[in-house]
Amino acid sequence: MITGELKTSYRADEQVLNNRWKRGFVVAALAGLVAIPLFGNNYIVLIACQMGIMLIAVTGVNVVIGYTGLMSLGHAAFVAIGAYATVIFHNAAGGVIPENLLTLVAIPFAVAVSALAGIIVGLPSLRVKGLYLAVATLSANFIVIFLIEEQIFAPWTGGMVGINTPAANLLGWEMESRRELFWLIAVLAVLALLAAQNLFRTRVGRAFIAIRDRDYSAEILGISLYRYKLMSFAISAAYCGLAGALFAYFYARILPEQFDLHLSLMLVAAIIVGGMGRTMGAVYGVIVIVMVPEVIKVVFGALAGGGAELAMIRAPIQEIAFGALIVGFLLFEPFGINQIIDRALRALNRWPFARG
Amino acid sequence: MLSVQDLSLSFGGIKALQGVSFTAAPGQITAIIGPNGAGKTSLFNVISGFYRPDAGQVVFDGQDITALRPDRRAELGLARTFQNIALFRGMSVLDNIKLGAHTRLKAGVYGALRYFGAARAEELELRADIEARVIDFLEIDHIRKAPITALPYGLQKRVELGRALAMQPRLLMLDEPVAGMNREETEDMARFILDVQEEFGTTILLVEHDMHLVMDICSHVVVLNFGQQIASGPPEKVRADPAVIEAYLGAAA
Repeated sequence: MITGELKTSYRADEQVLNNRWKRGFVVAALAGLVAIPLFGNNYIVLIACQMGIMLIAVTGVNVVIGYTGLMSLGHAAFVAIGAYATVIFHNAAGGVIPENLLTLVAIPFAVAVSALAGIIVGLPSLRVKGLYLAVATLSANFIVIFLIEEQIFAPWTGGMVGINTPAANLLGWEMESRRELFWLIAVLAVLALLAAQNLFRTRVGRAFIAIRDRDYSAEILGISLYRYKLMSFAISAAYCGLAGALFAYFYARILPEQFDLHLSLMLVAAIIVGGMGRTMGAVYGVIVIVMVPEVIKVVFGALAGGGAELAMIRAPIQEIAFGALIVGFLLFEPFGINQIIDRALRALNRWPFARG
Repeated sequence: MLSVQDLSLSFGGIKALQGVSFTAAPGQITAIIGPNGAGKTSLFNVISGFYRPDAGQVVFDGQDITALRPDRRAELGLARTFQNIALFRGMSVLDNIKLGAHTRLKAGVYGALRYFGAARAEELELRADIEARVIDFLEIDHIRKAPITALPYGLQKRVELGRALAMQPRLLMLDEPVAGMNREETEDMARFILDVQEEFGTTILLVEHDMHLVMDICSHVVVLNFGQQIASGPPEKVRADPAVIEAYLGAAA
């Protein structure tokens, strides 16, 4: 029995934040977000920016893996395409489009290019599923990195040594510092999250979930598998492209190796830890995945005081930690942190009448 | 409404269907019966588009749909349920039923991402519509928020019927709607099937082994045996047909 949720209209019943605890949670989260650039130190702002960029990418991965049930190990490729498209656009259109409008055009351009790439990479999903699709997308990741490093494209991409990136400029507001850029990242991340939530309360998102749960049943209801699988890939790649664009603005220089398999695996790990197929899952997952290396750094610092030998094994320890997190969550809480928090919120809402 | 002409289908050496032809009259309930392995479900799969027949035609409302994909057939108004319930188990009853209305909704990707505006208006309209026409109608208002996995078998069957009804189909295909049900659940389901026919004028095609149900509610019966159509006609006539008694019904003791 659900308590304290007396609804008198379908409109109230269809709301996502359908009780005061959820509403309070979101208000507190937004307040915390605004407090970061106002009161946080440089380190907190840096971490928050990284989390915001990752959040957008992980939300994209969630669309295709969590909601549509199509395994992908190549989403770092779309982040790369978004990042490089932004830089190339700035360099090519620098003289043509006024400086203060460049960012406003470059971001949609990067998103569109990534979405297009998503459709192409998604094509194998029409024929294969599961492990085979994972391998197909994995190879897409390698191909994209290979092309970026290729000598022929080096004049545009900078090749293996990477390329310097421009600063974002929103209608004359030059976002030189990370504290300034945080506002752009935060606004886009919140909008991205809201859009994902919206998607899954309409026919398009429901169709994705239907394909995940039982594809032939989806087909019988009039859902074209071709169309919706490619749509899912396009939307998810578009999210990653947006993350890539912000990535380019955030760092002074981008390198191909930043977008290799390691990033793809991190994106997948984040959504498994946070909760597949749940909008807030991306948020919790990103917090964990960004904080784990930081915590390891602090612990190692305390242990060794910066000893060279210990620093050598820090990177492998980090990999092991990610692996352990994935396996642990898959075994004990397949729906991730989101499930734990949902359970807690439900218990709060029912208190003192029932538990669990 | 629906007619199949001279359908043949084989899997390697096995002839699943051989020259099956019948017509489901508009607004009527037509049953397909026969022993296990007679080709009833294969016939359903051909009609709903999962199998392409080797020969013959499926004509729906005057249009040849033999080559159409299942999702295109759904857009024309063809709905079906499955013998082994094919609901979306990760979703609530309400979301399952909403999915049935997929072809009736219009929101595109952009509208869906934005939600507020046309997409929300459409969703609220849909909600009000399925509450009245499906949830009230099938008496499942007490479980609308429940996850599918928490429901007993009989209710799952009813939800699957609800999902098909949300489509507002012109032809409703039911694959063993009362299989594994007890007397009471069977009576409930029979009542709902008759209500659908009466209230919405839907043409219904069903596969069923429960002969009492078939003889009571159907106006036309098609009998298959080893992929061949051995009889077709009103229930009284089919019941008395010696070939049908031989192959399937058996003689009255």
